[in-house]
Amino acid sequence: MNLLLLALSAALVNNVVLSQFLGLCPFLGVSKKVGTAAGMGAAVTFVLTLASMITYGIQVGILNEGAPLCRADLTFLQTIVFILVIAALVQFVEMVLKKLMPALYQALGVYLPLITTNCAVLGVAILNIQKSYSFLESIINSVGTALGFTIAIVVLAGLREKMEHNDIPEAFKGMPIVLITSGLMAIAFFGFSGLI
Amino acid sequence: MNAYLERIYNGIIKENPTFVSMLGMCPTLAVTTSLINGAGMGLTTTVVLIMSNLMISLLRKIIPDRVRVPAFIVVVASFVTIVQFILEAYLPSLNDSLGIYIPLIVVNCIILGRAESYASKNPVGLSACDGIGMGLGFTIALSILGAFREILGAGSIAGIVIYGEGSVLGGIFESGTPISIMILAPGAFFVLAMLVAIQNKVRLRQGKQRMEVKCCGNCGACGGCNDEALKAEVAKKEEE
Repeated sequence: MNLLLLALSAALVNNVVLSQFLGLCPFLGVSKKVGTAAGMGAAVTFVLTLASMITYGIQVGILNEGAPLCRADLTFLQTIVFILVIAALVQFVEMVLKKLMPALYQALGVYLPLITTNCAVLGVAILNIQKSYSFLESIINSVGTALGFTIAIVVLAGLREKMEHNDIPEAFKGMPIVLITSGLMAIAFFGFSGLI
Repeated sequence: MNAYLERIYNGIIKENPTFVSMLGMCPTLAVTTSLINGAGMGLTTTVVLIMSNLMISLLRKIIPDRVRVPAFIVVVASFVTIVQFILEAYLPSLNDSLGIYIPLIVVNCIILGRAESYASKNPVGLSACDGIGMGLGFTIALSILGAFREILGAGSIAGIVIYGEGSVLGGIFESGTPISIMILAPGAFFVLAMLVAIQNKVRLRQGKQRMEVKCCGNCGACGGCNDEALKAEVAKKEEE
């Protein structure tokens, strides 16, 4: 039950884009069409979950004081290690998918290089450690967060597709109207805070 | 104009990272709940930007081209870690209010973007000045956003209450009520939207193009999205 609440809170109440402002670049940059937005969401879900599992292992296995692989306290290396691991992981995933799962690569391949240094991926990896989640809780939190990202970007893309045909004041075309739409979505997501 | 001063002017006005290039959107929207937070984030980023530009420019002939991005990330991440510990020790209140966004300076587009497009190609002095200019440009932009949101959302500026309960001006100013949504998440989107729309208005009158996000989705490696090939690929995917 607690895990379900954690997932709901990560996906809806503390939505990663609309209330924490992580991963705004893809949110604003790749949300013109629903199809591409869904692809981006799937790629983020995949990488985020994998990355948080691996960074959790590194934190517990190596960086923490008295960890099994290295007894010294290496927590100060967290930022450097995490960002390098995530960058390497994305490259590795890209190579593996290309070789072993060409169909999946066809669907996600374009987006993978885009999320190498996505703030959402690094942010969630660090938050999992800061909030001292267990391994299972970290995974649930990451999946929930990624789902929240997917929901937000797909909804925004849907709205943007509709807005193409609307009469918008000249100065508001492009970025401003997208930002205002995101703001209204953020207000709507406030409604979920009564959920938990 | 002197080449060094020109770099600083370029960063603050001509190529302002927030208002002209629209880079580094995550911290821009997330921490600008007050003037102090905005300025604090801006100055922290400035320090990292100057140091990393300096270091990358010094190492520009040593770093092999093929591994340059990971090398830049290591340099930037090291300086971020140093700055994070300094803040924790000497400015704990700022450290608490910026929270997770301090380690996330590593993936700020502006820093990796300047490393990629300027510091890795230019001499040390100019790169440092470029860092100062871009950093100050970012700081000014964040301070403006923070000031707007604080005035609208909390009725105060830098912690001094202007209107609403307990106003320093007294009298009629005591009666106002701030629009508290402006310091919450949606307010960030609204204030930025208005600032961009005003700029659009001016730019359209001057016959220039509208503002666009220069980022194609990759917060770090975009460098103002110089990666044309990647951009074209995404555009092609959108066509389908």
